[in-house]
Amino acid sequence: MSADIGPAIELRGAGKTFTTPSGGPHTAVRGLDLTIGQGEFVAVVGPTGCGKSTTLTLVSGLEEPTEGEVLVFGRPVRGVGDKVGFVFQQDATFPWRTVLSNVMAGPRFRGVPKTEARQKARAWLERVGLGAFEDRYPHQLSGGQRKRVALAATFVNDPEILLMDEPFSALDVQTRALMSDELLELWGGTRASVVFVTHDLEESIALADKVVVMTAGPATVKRVYDIDLPRPRKVEEVRLEPRFVEIYREIWESLGEEVRITRERGAADVA
Amino acid sequence: MSPEILPETAVAARAAEKTGVDRSPARARAARRRTLLVTAARVLVLVLVLGLWELLSRTEVIDPFNFSMPSKIWDQTWTWITHGTALGSLGEQIWYTLQEALLGWVFGVVAGVVLGIALGRIAFLADILGPYIKVLNSIPRIVLAPIFVIWFGLGPASKIASAVVLVFFPVFFNAFQGAREVDRNLVANARILGAGDRRVTFQVVIPSATSWIFTSLHVSFGFALIGAIVGEYIGATKGIGLLVAQSQGTFNAAGVYAAMVILAAVALVAEGLLTFTERRIFRWKPPADGR
Repeated sequence: MSADIGPAIELRGAGKTFTTPSGGPHTAVRGLDLTIGQGEFVAVVGPTGCGKSTTLTLVSGLEEPTEGEVLVFGRPVRGVGDKVGFVFQQDATFPWRTVLSNVMAGPRFRGVPKTEARQKARAWLERVGLGAFEDRYPHQLSGGQRKRVALAATFVNDPEILLMDEPFSALDVQTRALMSDELLELWGGTRASVVFVTHDLEESIALADKVVVMTAGPATVKRVYDIDLPRPRKVEEVRLEPRFVEIYREIWESLGEEVRITRERGAADVA
Repeated sequence: MSPEILPETAVAARAAEKTGVDRSPARARAARRRTLLVTAARVLVLVLVLGLWELLSRTEVIDPFNFSMPSKIWDQTWTWITHGTALGSLGEQIWYTLQEALLGWVFGVVAGVVLGIALGRIAFLADILGPYIKVLNSIPRIVLAPIFVIWFGLGPASKIASAVVLVFFPVFFNAFQGAREVDRNLVANARILGAGDRRVTFQVVIPSATSWIFTSLHVSFGFALIGAIVGEYIGATKGIGLLVAQSQGTFNAAGVYAAMVILAAVALVAEGLLTFTERRIFRWKPPADGR
């Protein structure tokens, strides 16, 4: 872990323009300015399809910005760094590897000896409650269990930056609340900075220190809200607090407008 | 939970258990009966077809000299098994053909998989070689067999070569497609977890392309046999293809059919072995997809 207390992630006027299959340019994000401190949990909310995920791929180094700069611990991002963990929206466990082997994948890719990798992987499987399932294949698990495997596989690498792209959106409501609590617990044991992308405002307030509202696509930062709810939090309980409702109303006023714009555009496209 | 509810749920559970116990043997019986029925019907179809053939041939509705009949084919097969063929023992002929087919298959598969994965992963290479492979693929490859006999002579090499060219293309295209259609999420995940290009190829692309490749292996073993047989038919010193050619040359229709029967048996055994291997390799797949 770096000793200085500079920001963990900095986006300076970052933007990304893709070439669409038909050859035209498509700007996913533009003029992104955002600073995320070390150990901070930041949630990014915005209308569907506005380019939230692109922000994550820029930070992860999977994609390079076409304009501006992305800095991680003060250094420009060049390719995938070893400090970054990424939990994807879709299942990204390797179906041909057993649960244990899936969790071992990260350390093995990074050159950790087999026995040590196995020990670390077992410890993390134990922590996410899948100790008894290490010999199973992903298709033999439920959606929630597979997500736990993904979490263990990410945390086993000790990421200092944790990027999450709507990780729980495919889960049912109850499993989702449970996983959110578990995420907070796991995160509490590290000092990782988290960027959590979601379209669910409730989820973002319940989890984060800061909520970033994005505009309708091409997305840019609209406003950043500080969430002053005390920790440790229980996702189900914090939702009922008056302060939560107050914050929700405040942010929704801002977010709702962008959602409306996106919807109207959608309607115009259909017409 | 109140104590009044408990016995009730217990009764309900017991009732459910009871019906479950009662029904499952009936279902199993029905399933068994169905399997039996299907098998019986299959045998019936075979008996009908062979019987009709025999009947039509014996009553000379169809020319028995040209079309032969099942009993003669069986006699011929039996003679070959017990007394050997004009070229030597039957086992030797089968072994010869099988060896050529297997070698051709192995070379074709290895070349197809390696090139397919390489081109699937390296777009630059695919762009350069793509058109040439399409051109080569459009050549009717059976006509290459005579050329191979000229190049490599009457020995096994020419048969192996024709098996290779038949096997290569389906395997290549499947491996290529498999490498192209790898789930992008899996690749992204592997890269995040710290895998370099080489690791992505070996740990993600190849495993996920194996189901594509295996699909082509089934078809391509049949092709390897075809390649070997056609090669032998055109010119050889041993093998089942030569047996066919000789039977034809002596107007022995039963011999041609008998060789076909033997070939079919060999192909079926090979197919069975392949399916067995596939089941072992694809343990990670959900059973519904594994079939």
